Amino acid sequence: MKYIDEFRDQQLARGLAAAIRAAARPDRQYRLMEFCGGHTHAIFRYGIADLMPANVRFIHGPGCPVCVLPMARIDQAIALATEHRVTLCTYADLMRVPAGERRSLLKAKAAGADIRMIYSTADALRIAREDPHRQVVFFAIGFETTTPPTAVAAQVARAEGLKNFSIFCNHVLTPPALHTILATAGPDGVQLDGILGPSHVSSVIGSAPYAFVPHEFGTPVVIAGFEPLDVMQSTLMLIRQLNEGRCEVENQYTRAVTEQGNRKAQALMAQVFSPRETFEWRGLGLLPHSALRLADNYADLDAERRFPVEIGTVREVKGCECPAILRGVKEPTDCRLFGTVCTPDNPMGSCMVSSEGACAAYWSYGRFRSPRDH
Amino acid sequence: MCLAIPARITAIDPTGETARIALGGVTRDCSLALIDDAAVGDYVLVHVGYALNRIGEEEAQETLALMREAGVPVDAAHEDAA
Repeated sequence: MKYIDEFRDQQLARGLAAAIRAAARPDRQYRLMEFCGGHTHAIFRYGIADLMPANVRFIHGPGCPVCVLPMARIDQAIALATEHRVTLCTYADLMRVPAGERRSLLKAKAAGADIRMIYSTADALRIAREDPHRQVVFFAIGFETTTPPTAVAAQVARAEGLKNFSIFCNHVLTPPALHTILATAGPDGVQLDGILGPSHVSSVIGSAPYAFVPHEFGTPVVIAGFEPLDVMQSTLMLIRQLNEGRCEVENQYTRAVTEQGNRKAQALMAQVFSPRETFEWRGLGLLPHSALRLADNYADLDAERRFPVEIGTVREVKGCECPAILRGVKEPTDCRLFGTVCTPDNPMGSCMVSSEGACAAYWSYGRFRSPRDH
Repeated sequence: MCLAIPARITAIDPTGETARIALGGVTRDCSLALIDDAAVGDYVLVHVGYALNRIGEEEAQETLALMREAGVPVDAAHEDAA
């Protein structure tokens, strides 16, 4: 398929791998964080990690919205469906994520709750139109890539006067998470020499919002596409920046990302959403201005206001290392649950559920890799 | 979750709000609410049923050219294991 096959070309991959081996200086480390789960997935699926010299390492970032969602939010969604008896519409990624006490949306559905997997916000709107007597809640989740479609749904619901549609908003923002990762990096935490920046998030917000990374933290960024050659070329660009002592935001994914991003989508998001003062991220804790809620003039569509739910403290599964893995401090294989009691069939932590989660990537593609001497 | 797939617009409905897109052998509908001036034949990045952006053909070719230029020629027979 166009724009996919040519960015998976084997010969070009060999050439880029050789160029990376030639460029990486043996006297230093290149610890590169790929922010997105999409990158993690590409790195494992295509064996990119094995093409790198030992001193070029990928450290997996928190860019998996399903993985960073606190368990209490899933419990809150389950309560909407079971206590308030709404029809809860959700993207498939969320269905199997463990909530408190081993609950999940899938188990709640099996027990009779009306929970439906949808492909698009348009499906949730259609379900609401078809049955005006049922309250339909869209469980909105995702980074800036997935937020504009939710904004469109809010505007359509408003325009059509759909009284039985509302949004349980869990949209989160990329730059604050990156800021936290970098602010807590150092000898006691994760050590990073460069960042492979988000692809499709940047397609919406542009490359400009990452300027703080080189300025404030002295760390170079390359906005990287999700195909394997994109990841490899971006890695080479980061190595070159580090070798030449440059520190800037570069854009490898020029075919879909501009400096300014998609202004129309940004304007829509600004109309429909406002920043939350604070929001909890699994693994990263409470981050200021890191998530969105419905703006005041869309408050009537806010499911959290329409259906109040009280959730107590939700305990993490004992032994699950998802929080440390999401900060880049540990690798999936450092977790004693990995591959033993925690597998994609029977996930204990969110990083094993989502196909973008680091644990799922290790399980699917990396668990038979031979250990490397770093 | 942020995965988006390049697809070609094959038809646009009269309202200009939705497009028919082709993705390999698959066709489906996609909203055009997030982009302006879409045309049949354009390639767009499709995410959860919405076109997020147009894909720049010129930029894609430039990127591939840079990859060819940056790549160190490898003779497969002599390639040492990584």
